[in-house]
Amino acid sequence: MTTQILIAGFGGQGVLFAGKFLAYKGLMENKQLSWLPSYGPEMRGGTANCSVIISDEPVGSPIVSKPDVLIVMNLPSLDKYEDAVVPGGKIFVDSTLIERKVNRTDVDVYYIPATKLAIDIGAPTLANMIITGKVIKETGVVSYDEIEKTLEKIISARKANLKDINFKALETGYNA
Amino acid sequence: MSEKVLMKGNEAIAEAAIRAGCRHYFGYPITPQTELAAYMAKRMPKIGGCFLQAESEIAAINMVYGVSATGKRVMTSSSSPGVSLKQEGISYIAGSDLPALIVNVQRGGPGLGGIQPSQSDYYQATKGGGHGDYHLIVLTPASVQEMADLTGLAFELADKYRMPAMLLADGTMGQMMEPVELPETEPELIDKPWALTGTDMKRKHNIVNSLYLVPEELERTNIERFERYKAVEENETRWESFMTEDADVVVVAFGIAARVSKNAVVEARKQGIKAGLIRPVTVWPFPKKPIAEAAKTCKAFVSVELSMGQMIDDINLAIGCSRPVSLCNRVGGMIPSPEEVLESIKKAAGGNE
Repeated sequence: MTTQILIAGFGGQGVLFAGKFLAYKGLMENKQLSWLPSYGPEMRGGTANCSVIISDEPVGSPIVSKPDVLIVMNLPSLDKYEDAVVPGGKIFVDSTLIERKVNRTDVDVYYIPATKLAIDIGAPTLANMIITGKVIKETGVVSYDEIEKTLEKIISARKANLKDINFKALETGYNA
Repeated sequence: MSEKVLMKGNEAIAEAAIRAGCRHYFGYPITPQTELAAYMAKRMPKIGGCFLQAESEIAAINMVYGVSATGKRVMTSSSSPGVSLKQEGISYIAGSDLPALIVNVQRGGPGLGGIQPSQSDYYQATKGGGHGDYHLIVLTPASVQEMADLTGLAFELADKYRMPAMLLADGTMGQMMEPVELPETEPELIDKPWALTGTDMKRKHNIVNSLYLVPEELERTNIERFERYKAVEENETRWESFMTEDADVVVVAFGIAARVSKNAVVEARKQGIKAGLIRPVTVWPFPKKPIAEAAKTCKAFVSVELSMGQMIDDINLAIGCSRPVSLCNRVGGMIPSPEEVLESIKKAAGGNE
């Protein structure tokens, strides 16, 4: 099985980090994978997206143009990528920041007030991990087991104090 | 081999270079290869190596020239406009028969171009770039694992044949992350009796030079160098063939274009079209033999490139224009989709759809 994931939002929302988390979790489960960021003269406030492919077979093209799973954290991203999702795919929407509904009727849509939930748990910058928790729950693309270990791998020693709050954000999303 | 880690392609090159014994890096920042320089800046001081951000690309390549003359493994990296600036130095290094690694993480051109991925420096890499009769060994990674593996190989081949090697990557390969296993064995370093290491007053001094004012002498050095190039062509041509045995349409593509093409070939097979892929791993020397071999049984070729069609010339030469070769390309930082490649395969297959 191959799952093609596209994560999009504003720079600074942790779009690339969310993708990196999923990729590392896939690696720890011995899956094949690729992670490809958009890169450009972009910074906080600009647009950012990343393609993540997690598969049981070697990954061909690392570019996701027809996602099975779309995660959008701002309106421009939903406008831009909604039509690209494969029929039967899944769209995850941060409903705190995106007021409109998804127009497509041939996909499963999950509205998560990720930014609000993040503020509620005292981690306003971790809406990315909340929505990632929900994605793990609803897609099973990677397992929820041992997610702390993955956090240990990707959060540098310098920022080790952020591990617990990232775990809490994933948990909050998973149970949302 | 160690456990698999997730790394960006640029970082994998840097770590692989260090593990290959490279302790000297000279460069100048440019997107999309900057992570490579950043990695070197962080690691080199900790392992007694030298990271130096030069005042320009030209300075950096000449520092490479200098260190290479001492026999140490040395490298520089840049992206297209920066690699253009290095061409004079590369010609001097080739003319002095020195090994070195030059990494080009290509972006769109010409001129300052853009910062998105491209393969439009193919001519520059394979047909010279600088002045004079010379070649580089040009390796084209198509995964983060190959970014690491081919870096080690490039150092080895450069030392063995006393010539500069180039890793010809692109922005996608540099920026993407994939699992990678890095070598844990010590690199095998060969003796370099030609190196400038000090004579201790015990031997005749060595000379590293590319200036020969006597034409007979300069001719001799050129002919000797091309004998070595011939050995490289015979021994070091590398490629990967995928489903070519019974293929009617053979796609030729390297790097990111090969990754996309593989998807298209798999899809074409599902639709009953006999497609295959030849992926050059070295583009100099170019894998003429397997392509000529494929021409005996296939009907047509498709060259998939992120350029206006540069490698297509080498395909035509390899097969003596005996089969039609069509071009499937995007440029300026765009990448053809698997669907676009599939369309080209269908067109090349003719009425077989």
